[in-house]
Amino acid sequence: MNIELLLFYAFSAILIMAACAVITVRNPVHAVLFLVLTFFTSAAIWLMLEAEFLAIVLVLVYVGAVMVLFLFVVMMLDINIEPLREGFIRYLPVGILVAVIMLVEMALVVGPRIFGLQQVAAPVRHDAAYSNTEALGEVLYTVYAYPFEIAATILLIAIVAAITLTMRRRPDSKYQNPSAQVRVRRQDRVRFANMENTSSTDNSNNTAE
Amino acid sequence: MKSIYLAIVLAPLIGSLIAGLFGRQIGRSGSHWVTIVGVAISFLLSLIVFKDIVFDTGPVFNNTVYTWLVSDGVQFEVGFLIDRLTAVMMMVVTFVSLMVHIYTVGYMHDDPGYQRFFSYISLFTFSMLMLVMSNNFMQLFFGWEAVGLVSYLLIGFWFKKETAIYANLKAFLVNRVGDFGFLLGIAAVLMYFNSMDYADVFTAAPLMKDMHIEVIPGVEWSVMTVICILLFIGAMGKSAQVPLHVWLPDSMEGPTPISALIHAATMVTAGIFMVARMSPLYELSQTALSFVMVIGAITALFMGLLGIVQNDIKRVVAYSTLSQLGYMTVALGASAYSAAIFHLMTHAFFKALLFLAAGSVIIAMHHKQDIREMGGLKKYMPITYWTALIGSLALIGFPGTSGFFSKDSIIEAVHAAHIPGSGFAYAAVLLGVFITAFYTFRMFFLVFHGQERMDEHTRAHVHESPLVVTVPLIFLAIPSLIIGAMTIEPMLFDNYFGSAILVDAAHDTLAEVGEEFHGVATFILHGMLAPPFWLAMAGLGSAWLIYLQKPQLAGQIRNAFSPVYNILVNKYGCDDFNEKVFAFGGRRVGRSLWKGGDQLAIDGIMVNGTARTIGWFASVLRHIQSGFLYHYAFAMILGLLGMLTFFVFL
Amino acid sequence: MISLSDYLMLGAILFCISLAGIFLNRKNIIILLMSIELMLLAVNINFIAFSHYMQDSAGQIFVFFILTVAAAEAAIGLAILIVLFRNKRTINVTNLDSLKG
Repeated sequence: MNIELLLFYAFSAILIMAACAVITVRNPVHAVLFLVLTFFTSAAIWLMLEAEFLAIVLVLVYVGAVMVLFLFVVMMLDINIEPLREGFIRYLPVGILVAVIMLVEMALVVGPRIFGLQQVAAPVRHDAAYSNTEALGEVLYTVYAYPFEIAATILLIAIVAAITLTMRRRPDSKYQNPSAQVRVRRQDRVRFANMENTSSTDNSNNTAE
Repeated sequence: MKSIYLAIVLAPLIGSLIAGLFGRQIGRSGSHWVTIVGVAISFLLSLIVFKDIVFDTGPVFNNTVYTWLVSDGVQFEVGFLIDRLTAVMMMVVTFVSLMVHIYTVGYMHDDPGYQRFFSYISLFTFSMLMLVMSNNFMQLFFGWEAVGLVSYLLIGFWFKKETAIYANLKAFLVNRVGDFGFLLGIAAVLMYFNSMDYADVFTAAPLMKDMHIEVIPGVEWSVMTVICILLFIGAMGKSAQVPLHVWLPDSMEGPTPISALIHAATMVTAGIFMVARMSPLYELSQTALSFVMVIGAITALFMGLLGIVQNDIKRVVAYSTLSQLGYMTVALGASAYSAAIFHLMTHAFFKALLFLAAGSVIIAMHHKQDIREMGGLKKYMPITYWTALIGSLALIGFPGTSGFFSKDSIIEAVHAAHIPGSGFAYAAVLLGVFITAFYTFRMFFLVFHGQERMDEHTRAHVHESPLVVTVPLIFLAIPSLIIGAMTIEPMLFDNYFGSAILVDAAHDTLAEVGEEFHGVATFILHGMLAPPFWLAMAGLGSAWLIYLQKPQLAGQIRNAFSPVYNILVNKYGCDDFNEKVFAFGGRRVGRSLWKGGDQLAIDGIMVNGTARTIGWFASVLRHIQSGFLYHYAFAMILGLLGMLTFFVFL
Repeated sequence: MISLSDYLMLGAILFCISLAGIFLNRKNIIILLMSIELMLLAVNINFIAFSHYMQDSAGQIFVFFILTVAAAEAAIGLAILIVLFRNKRTINVTNLDSLKG
């Protein structure tokens, strides 16, 4: 029982408990926070697997951006929680049953019998000069350059989609419409009005008398 | 010579086409002139052909005129085989056709469909000539079907008359049954000989003598027997043998000229001609010959019996035709092919004569046909009387007439035959002689002698028919008298037919008869001492007794034998059987297929049922689309579970 | 020593927990979306583990992309949720059956 194993079990326990908490707690804000905890813990596990770059990316991008987004939305929407918990107890047995069956089957496939230490040896750990970032970079911008570009396009699409979905025009917001401004015609702006001369005296100030 | 043969066939066809398509433009006399000229050309050219082949011993012409198609090595072609058999048939067909054409000018004088009639009878002449002149099975079948078609058109000539339409449909359908057997026979020929040509088939036939075929698995039949019997089934349909005879009496619904042309002289003899032509095949199968003989004997005897109880003048002659066809078939079965053709020729003349004479009587009686309402017409219509007398004497086989020679030859030949069934056949043909004489002279006496039983109005207008009617009668009476004596020796005993007809030595009955033939005069004397003559005289005498001397005897005999009489009047129940079993059964099958098969199975189950099932299925599946997100998510999870299970436990 | 199967079992357990989460929280869309994130996390753990034990960096590259796409998908999902809430004033999915067949 070395420190590595101990750390692994500790982190796993926290991970699983946090995951369970995500789906069972009442308050959705609590649920989001527990989700943040699961991501942090899994980042730690990834560090143990020598995937340093991705662990940090997980924390920065996923927790820092996506989870914060979740938190925004949860706090913004005024949700009535009570009716949402109705079916929980009723469906619990079936839910647990389905999950357990799936787990058993997956264990059959990925269990120790197939992927244990005899079958797949533990790899040699890299030395301190190993840079995971550099190793990833070497492959990412050469062999996988095309998927990289596509991923960038997907992000662009996500931005456009999110804005398009949620944008609404406020009736009292003022803005300019340049094309309408250019299209305007004289008769839309200027109107001659014929007015009667109401006073009899000449009231002009600049006659050269 | 080839162009002569083509002209013989094409002249009536052209005449028919002109009269048929342009009848209205060229008018009545135009159409009858163009068709009569066509058939006259055919007749004259047939005489030239006859002279060439028989007297000048010209070569037999067996050539292709036109190859229609070649399929898988088999040639389907239009060709002519002109030998002595063909020459005789051509003469008979064209002569009787010419006589009928001329006769029709008078008979159908007032009919609105005048041009159509001439077109049809010319077309018939063309078809019959194609049939007899063919040198292969396909053209034979073409001619066969064509004469059947024209017969249909002509029987139903007065198509507004319901009975005529029933009759022509009956004729066509019964003929079709026979044609089905015929077609199977031709298919068997094609299968085993790989050729439709007569020459190929006849040369290869002796090699096939011992081949067997298993039509029903486990039961072996000789191939030649099967082919011959199937071909004969076609002949049974066309030549009206029992049980496919039922159409001939009803075919009397057509005008009398066609009864003379088609149902006495030519179309019905097509079957006889075909069997004679196929003699090389029939000689190889004794079973088939027995079959032919027995069927012929049954027809000859039982159809003759039916002639006794008929009251329509044309029906009597129709049943007489059936009976005489039976005689010809019996002769074929006895391997006396020459005798059968000989009788065919003489019968064509005197039967056509009898029919045309009956037509003449019908015209005189203003289209009334019941012999019970005639009588004593002798003094009104002398020419008709005397020609009808000659025809009747020829029919009963009175010594000296041509019918005597042909009929007695047949009877002698059957007597000399030894194949199974010949005993029965001999008894049947002998008895048939008595019956023939009886019904012939019953009709003759009731029509021309005795009391005048017609009504006043008709009696005032009875007179002899015009020349266009009586001249053909005279022209037909002459051969009925003399052609028998002239041609019996060359035709039967002098190997007239040569290579056209092949007879196996084992059953060469005519050779046996020929041993005793010493000339026409001795034949006549010998005949007057033989049973057929006495039976014929007995028949004539009985008819004279019953119908002229003591009319009440007829009624008494009928009452005494009333069950027999009823059977005869019902035509042995043949028509009833056909109607109740085949027609009714056919309609029943049709209705059940319509209701059960078409409406229920196809429309109901397959078409509408599929639609309904899909609708039901859709209404069930609809509930899966609940619109609820969690249902869909759950469905996805279940699907995932299923796939996982599948792959883990595969 | 930690074997590969330990990490894979961890991923499997996480996956099944999120599956149960989907099934149990049928009315609360936000929890649904969070369960989906948990699923993606489980898959990522699998990839990283395999990448480490097979000494192949392709696994980590793939996680890189999964992270990208998951972020995009979370953003769009939440945008849809906001629009839904604006129109329905609730996130209770039992009322959303207008796609019913």
